[in-house]
Amino acid sequence: MTQVVSTNSPLLHAERLSSIRGGRVLFENLDFSVSAGQLWQVSGPNGAGKSSLLRILTGLLEPSNGVVFFDGNPLNQNWSEYCQQLLFIGHKAAIKGELSALENFHWQQQLSSVQNVDAWDLLEKLGLLGLEDELTTRLSAGQQRRVALTRLWATQASLWILDEPFTALDVQGIALLQQRFVEHLDAGGTIIFTSHQSLTLSGLMPEKLSLEYRGEVL
Amino acid sequence: MSQLSNRQTWLTLLKRDLRIAARRRSDALNPLLFLLMVVTLFPLGIGPGPDILARIAPGIIWVAALLASLLGLERLFRDDFQDGTLEQLCLLPQPLAFTVTAKMMAHWLLSGLPLVILSPVLALLLSLPLQGWWALALTLFLGTPALSALGAIGAALTLQVQRGSSLVSLILIPLFIPLLIFATAAVENASMGLAVHGQLAILAAISVLTVTLAPLAVAAGIRMSVN
Repeated sequence: MTQVVSTNSPLLHAERLSSIRGGRVLFENLDFSVSAGQLWQVSGPNGAGKSSLLRILTGLLEPSNGVVFFDGNPLNQNWSEYCQQLLFIGHKAAIKGELSALENFHWQQQLSSVQNVDAWDLLEKLGLLGLEDELTTRLSAGQQRRVALTRLWATQASLWILDEPFTALDVQGIALLQQRFVEHLDAGGTIIFTSHQSLTLSGLMPEKLSLEYRGEVL
Repeated sequence: MSQLSNRQTWLTLLKRDLRIAARRRSDALNPLLFLLMVVTLFPLGIGPGPDILARIAPGIIWVAALLASLLGLERLFRDDFQDGTLEQLCLLPQPLAFTVTAKMMAHWLLSGLPLVILSPVLALLLSLPLQGWWALALTLFLGTPALSALGAIGAALTLQVQRGSSLVSLILIPLFIPLLIFATAAVENASMGLAVHGQLAILAAISVLTVTLAPLAVAAGIRMSVN
């Protein structure tokens, strides 16, 4: 399902990235390259700028300085292609409370144009069977997170950027998500994620990018 | 990689918004009830004399329609903004200025089209002459797309503003004035048996212009807010 961008150059390259939010320097002159097939964990204390960095990598947030390159081109020059390759799950789950778990999944499935995923199998795998017709607003935070994560099983994107994907998940959910990470990486996909917890599944050895809380106010 | 066509994406977003609206019927019904109540209050306040009512009917109906369209406008993008769906719209391969037109269309189907359908009832309540009924329906049909388009700009620009509804009203009401002038003039002329082609053409032109250009401003407003 995953389509891998074949390239010798880095899939994603950040050059001299800086972010200043609310007059506070989050990070400065950050340089790193992510190659296809790699797993990257961005870590750091609260307020260090992890989410800001991920949002800059998605193109949702403009960096204060620096450029992000995808497949050798700045994001804004390659935007449509980048969006086809990108799957982003942020802090906000991007699920509609007025729709059921099944409807949310179908909606995401239609937008990602992935048709060969059996919704019932997936809901069963994620422990949502029996809740498929419940409005997601009535589900627990963990169940809502699971509904949001159904996107990881119905995507053609090769680059996943995930902000705290393990939040609100129970042990079984965390194991399931880590297993999905392994499948995606085995298929040549790339994952960049933030998390305060260490990955427990063998075979998942992420590259680490640590941000420090600087607290400098300009 | 098979990619969803622009048309399929647009229809998917439209259907999703309509389905959500079907689950929140009060959001769609409240502006209509508001409009009906406002229009009903005038005969009670001014008196049931058909001559006076018929004379002021175009203005009353259109002012009430403008105010009704402001109700709930604040939520056009806010729910999507708060639950993260708007971020996902920004990350679709299709241009944001294109995908937001699906939301604008959903808004018009839920707020503008019912006004057109309801217009004979409004005309009847205010004793509008029969020859003015079709003009009223036509002005609403031609003018309400502009209301949705301009409204979307206001909603996008005030996404980050707490209690932005009053700010949306302040931004939009001046922009609605040309619509009000030409729409009421058309209905008055039609009621007197005069030609209305000029006013209708201008209303249509305003709608075409706003529906064409507003998505660019809406997309810029949303990107600014998401950023």
